[in-house]
Amino acid sequence: MKSFKNHISLVIALVSILFSLQIFTIVDRAINAYKENLAKNYSLVVVSQKTFQSKEMLNKINQLAAIEELSPDSVIKKLNTGISKKNIQLLKLTLPKFYKFKLKIYPTPAELQKIKKQLLKYPYITKVETFSNTHDTTYKLLLLFKNVISVLAVSILLVTILLIFKELRIWQFKHNERMNIMGLFGAPTWLRSAVLFRLSIVDALIAFGISFVIFSYFASSSWVSEQFANIGISVVVFDKIYDSLIMLGVSVIVSILLASFIVLGHKEEV
Amino acid sequence: MDKVIIAENLSLAYSKDETIINKANFSIDSGSFVFITGASGSGKSTLLKSLYGALKPVEGSLVVGGVELRGVANSKLNFLRKHLGIVFQDYKLVKEWTIEKNIMLPLIINGYEKSITQSQVDSLLKHVRLKHQSGKYPLELSGGEQQRVAMARALAHNPILILADEPTGNLDDYSSQLIWNLLEGANEQLKTTVIVVTHHIPEAMKVEYKHYHIEFGDIHEVV
Repeated sequence: MKSFKNHISLVIALVSILFSLQIFTIVDRAINAYKENLAKNYSLVVVSQKTFQSKEMLNKINQLAAIEELSPDSVIKKLNTGISKKNIQLLKLTLPKFYKFKLKIYPTPAELQKIKKQLLKYPYITKVETFSNTHDTTYKLLLLFKNVISVLAVSILLVTILLIFKELRIWQFKHNERMNIMGLFGAPTWLRSAVLFRLSIVDALIAFGISFVIFSYFASSSWVSEQFANIGISVVVFDKIYDSLIMLGVSVIVSILLASFIVLGHKEEV
Repeated sequence: MDKVIIAENLSLAYSKDETIINKANFSIDSGSFVFITGASGSGKSTLLKSLYGALKPVEGSLVVGGVELRGVANSKLNFLRKHLGIVFQDYKLVKEWTIEKNIMLPLIINGYEKSITQSQVDSLLKHVRLKHQSGKYPLELSGGEQQRVAMARALAHNPILILADEPTGNLDDYSSQLIWNLLEGANEQLKTTVIVVTHHIPEAMKVEYKHYHIEFGDIHEVV
């Protein structure tokens, strides 16, 4: 029971740090996946006075993924009220060319404006339709969502840091006496702090273990996958190698820092 | 005879305004048994603290076991402390360790082998009559028993110098006698230098001893 009490407070603090970190990662991945999805369905419509080389345009503007010429048939069909075939052919030749520009990314409003300006520099391009109203609303919604989650994650982090500082004072009080006594018998600093570092690494491993189990469960949960599928995306909730290494690293570094603060703040009693 | 402690013009103070020991000169022979007496607040414990380097001299020189303690580096101080056995008035036992582990502490610090450590601890536990309590924690013992553990810890690594601050201060007769026997035994058989700070020198001392008295910041030998 005593041993459990020794570990629980730091473990809770570390688990909440790992939780806020992983939740932030998941949200970031979900937003990126959603942006990719939006980018796939989003395109600009460009009106040009002449046919142009897609390759050249693709090379010059990095963000462009593909250029597709739109057939004028649907427009002509609407106007087709007794126009002869010959005149239709003539109309086809005189009508401007319509292109659909696919993008590699879902751009920010500023990026979108930049692409538009770049396109309008070509003298034969007369109009670029960005559908900016719809685009901006969707983008701002995504940004709002990301910001809310970031604020939440930072708040959890701040509360946890306060919790860790409180824990630090308790640890300082608890370990100072033993470190003092060991020092009076000539123990070098590494030996005096060995227990402290061992305890903090054990706590880091426990916190990592708890977070690993919980996020592995989330990752395999059909309910979580369904939620993402509902908005048309698929997200890696927990990468068992990459995310585990990050979690383990953060957990160990935070607890070693905590132990180091105690060792550095230790003053020999006179 | 070799000197284990040499103090020249030694001044000790906790702050600039308050000098506890003022330009004291004394030396202690290796293998001797020394009592330091003085009224409460005279500076007995302060002097003892300076001997294990917890309080650095503000003036003069203090050499213990060949190590100059004025401005001593931590590594050198640790080296000296490894060869000292200290008994504190408040025992200073690690509460979360068993008494067996507490006694092991100086042996671990000095890098003794596990088998030697264990046999030494077993022998000391027998000497302080606590063999049956080896797995207990300090707070489960009486004051007298805790001081016997502290005594065993001070003797564990056969130190060159034992420093004891009021080792029998509030103890019962049985524990007090046991502690005096151990200190006398270490001095007589192992030729360990023993320095005891106390209010009263026991009447039935079996070994020869020297007596220093602290008064008004000065230390002088009582002949």
